[in-house]
Amino acid sequence: MSPSGIKTEKLAGWNRPPVIESDGEGELLEVAMGPHHPSTHGVFRMDVVLDGERVIKLKPVFGYLHRNHEQLGERQSYLASMPYTDRLDYFCSLTNNWAYALAVEKLVGQEVPERAEYLRVILAELTRIQNHASTIGFLLQEMGASGTPLMYAFREREKILDLFESLTGSRMMCNYMRFGGCRVDASPAWLEATRKVVAGLPAFVDEFERFLMTNEILMARCQGIGVLKPDLAVNAGISGPMLRATGVNYDIRKVDHYGIYDRFKFRVPLGDHGDIYDRYMVRMLEMRESILILNQALKDLPAGPVMDPKAKIRNFRPKAGESYGRIEAPKGELGFYLISDGGPNPYRYRVRPPSFINLTVLEDMCLGSNVADVVLIFGSVDIVLGEVDR
Amino acid sequence: MKSVEEIKAAIEAAVPGAVVKVILNPAPNAQHSLLIDAPHAVAVAEFLRDDDELALDFLSNVTGVDFLDKEIAEKVKVTRQVPKEVDGVQQMVDETVEETRKRVEPGYLEAVYHLFSVSKKHGPVIIRMRTANRTDLVELPSLTPIWRSAEFQEREVFDLFGIVFTGHPDLRRILMWDEFKDHPMRRDYVEPDDYEYEPTAHDDVLKRAQAHKAKVSAGEVSQ
Repeated sequence: MSPSGIKTEKLAGWNRPPVIESDGEGELLEVAMGPHHPSTHGVFRMDVVLDGERVIKLKPVFGYLHRNHEQLGERQSYLASMPYTDRLDYFCSLTNNWAYALAVEKLVGQEVPERAEYLRVILAELTRIQNHASTIGFLLQEMGASGTPLMYAFREREKILDLFESLTGSRMMCNYMRFGGCRVDASPAWLEATRKVVAGLPAFVDEFERFLMTNEILMARCQGIGVLKPDLAVNAGISGPMLRATGVNYDIRKVDHYGIYDRFKFRVPLGDHGDIYDRYMVRMLEMRESILILNQALKDLPAGPVMDPKAKIRNFRPKAGESYGRIEAPKGELGFYLISDGGPNPYRYRVRPPSFINLTVLEDMCLGSNVADVVLIFGSVDIVLGEVDR
Repeated sequence: MKSVEEIKAAIEAAVPGAVVKVILNPAPNAQHSLLIDAPHAVAVAEFLRDDDELALDFLSNVTGVDFLDKEIAEKVKVTRQVPKEVDGVQQMVDETVEETRKRVEPGYLEAVYHLFSVSKKHGPVIIRMRTANRTDLVELPSLTPIWRSAEFQEREVFDLFGIVFTGHPDLRRILMWDEFKDHPMRRDYVEPDDYEYEPTAHDDVLKRAQAHKAKVSAGEVSQ
């Protein structure tokens, strides 16, 4: 019983990471992996306790990149937060923009014109492809395939980033979406260039898959390692490709039908075992589905305005209320929770970061495996520290 | 999916003694929420997760919110006796006057949980819990035993808002460093004078730095 009289319930056994016994030979070694370890994708630390090569305890340490993004959002107007959302997950700034715009649009009941919805889908799917390609590249890099697979992925990513730059003015910090549409219209020349890039993508995915899928080293190091069970994954709030790799069919594009995703035909790739290989494979297949969506969206793109002419831009003060908007970002469920008190700034601005919550089960996946596999398991979660630490 | 009123009725039927209040959301999205009382929160959460029809197995988001003490000015009609001369005689007479009184409504910290169902593919169901005040009674039961995804998020709320989650298996600071004293997301948080070094301090920072220097030389603070 706590001082306030609240009963504290017993934890369910599977709710905690299992306890691994050491074999009793020799001493335990405590290693701080990070914050400057090259495999940590930024400044992130794992305090690992090792028994020989085996991990028997792992505690993630966050906060090296913490800048209190949520308070920045409360100190400035709604629109002024839009460029800051780019800096959360700097690989996927356009999906961050979309999630934030969606939350604000839900707060004020704002409609979005058709053409803007299509442009949003096109940009989000391009973002997904470049994110998944680079994630796979990084994973191979951490496996020891130094440089080459990553450069294959980055070659394709550069093409997509060039498209972003010519449309929004910036390769990574796009700041493109607005409440009620998009900032600028896409020119016919841009659409032509996009069609050309999208037409070249299947060949890239085929090539990438041919090199990697049956690669002996990749299979040996990924299959059966870092296994995550579906019931734990759901309970721990895991989302995105990591959840689907465990076999749980949950894609927010299919569940919520936000934007216009109900108009496109695509499948949701699912894994079977929940190991690193399944996570890699789900990302590979998702790239193919994204190409399908891109082809449909580029074909059906209607003419019209990209910004709702009735959208309020100056003196934007939503009425008191709250809204939670979420999208299927490349890394998982990205949500924004806003509370308005009628003022020009949000009263509360909360980001639901997929990378941060996906790390909840990092210890469960790593326990009992070798320390060299920790790097791979961590890489297969797909995180960006800008979003984890906010 | 059930409406909030139906969920409220279901909770009250399943968990005896639970006090549930519907909090309406005036925004067009109509995401209403349920305020649940802290002593029954774990039982309510367990019911929401395990109920066959609701099956809210996916806790997506945990948010802390801070509401400051509110000073409310109200006009009250007061009757009191006033001395008055009636027909040349001093008498006490009842008189009704309007007075402005100030009442302080205590603030509270709030934890908001957004629940979804992966198996039934519906949601969100939003539940909230409130602390008694912002200073000493800041305990709420942890829902980590029910949904593991609250583990890091409740740590974050504890770190940034100072809500103490009882029953949390590992309640430590997560984003700020361990020696940090305050809770930076509270509405009345004031940054320390020497929060960060600025080579050319100006405006507010310069004033704070000068005040801090004066305090140090007067021996009021050590550093």
